[in-house]
Amino acid sequence: MDRIPILKMGHFLLVTIQVDLYDRLALSLENDLINMVSQVDAKGVLIDISAVSIVDSFMGRILGNIASMTKIMDAETVVVGMQPAVAITLVELGLTLSGVHTALNVEKGMELLQKRIGKDQTGEEEDYDSND
Amino acid sequence: MKNQSLKFLQKSKKHLLETWMSNQMEDQALREDLMSNDELRNQSDELLTALLKTLNSDNIDNTQSKDFEQVSGILSDISVSRARHGFSPRETAQFVLSLKQALTQTLEKEYTDDPKVLLDSYIAINKLIDSLNIITFETFIKGREEVIIRQTDEMNEISTPVIRVWEGVVALPIIGTLDSMRTQIVMENLLQEIVNTGSTIAILDISGVPAVDSLVAQHLLKTVSATRLMGAECIISGIRPEIAQTIVHLGIDLSHIKTKASLASALKLAFSMLNVEVKRVEKNRQNNG
Repeated sequence: MDRIPILKMGHFLLVTIQVDLYDRLALSLENDLINMVSQVDAKGVLIDISAVSIVDSFMGRILGNIASMTKIMDAETVVVGMQPAVAITLVELGLTLSGVHTALNVEKGMELLQKRIGKDQTGEEEDYDSND
Repeated sequence: MKNQSLKFLQKSKKHLLETWMSNQMEDQALREDLMSNDELRNQSDELLTALLKTLNSDNIDNTQSKDFEQVSGILSDISVSRARHGFSPRETAQFVLSLKQALTQTLEKEYTDDPKVLLDSYIAINKLIDSLNIITFETFIKGREEVIIRQTDEMNEISTPVIRVWEGVVALPIIGTLDSMRTQIVMENLLQEIVNTGSTIAILDISGVPAVDSLVAQHLLKTVSATRLMGAECIISGIRPEIAQTIVHLGIDLSHIKTKASLASALKLAFSMLNVEVKRVEKNRQNNG
């Protein structure tokens, strides 16, 4: 079965969805992602959906679920690169993904994550520096 | 209608055309500014020739028949072109009605001694021209409607410009009433422009919206949500006192949306969100001089 690769970048996990998500794939992504968050102790998850052109209510719910799940595992989720058509569809479906952070592209998403989590992180790093 | 009177009409085509033309010329509604007399004569000639060629004693009662396709085609073209050129309905109707006058006048002269034939022909011609008039009207209205539809499309096109006011800030002044159709276009334009310019802040200015009801508010909320989903922030500006009153009276909750009274204050907010500062520059040179 197809799997969507999850890349680890420092404290963040990067997922780029480049195929149209069918239900089973979305569920396995949810599963893999949550496991990965706990494995590597990730502080942020970045989901790039710029290549997704079709979305349904299930996919919207999965995104919301991932955000809520990572939230209680102390990680932030940012969805980036949503296409206008997808955004309109989600709004028409009544899914405003209120718990999810959004950004225009991966770069801005990273910035946002860094800003949100950076404070704790820089604090720790400074500690390490002083120990050295 | 007898063949005899039809044949007579076909023979006296030239005279008919002259009578018809002079009838049209006499009419107050003649629009020489919109159409030259030569053009009018050509149109009349074309229609009359086709009509006289088509007419026979069998089909005169039935303008829906296949024989009349050519005539209705010519008539439709004339009425549509008149609708586009801005002729009034009266002027368009007069074009066909004056043909009736010409036909009856010609018949009257010929058959003064034979009232029965004259009455027969009169009734037949009345029926014929009336149905031709209906065709004229249908196509005239259709032509007008086409013009209206085209104008609506154009209005939708031009009425939603997305302006880039600063690096990373786009503004969309909405002018006129928002309906579902327009909201859709506005939303698509705005979202597309956000992608194109990579802007993180969008300002929706509704100072040109005459009234906000619950439907318009819902449309606005949708646009704001869609913008947020794309990863940009949306500020609604230009909320006039009346609009604020209606929104509160309608019980619409805008508390989770950034709203500002004017575009200027929305821009100020955008600057502070982008960590940009606008400063007045002291001109030292003047002080020195």
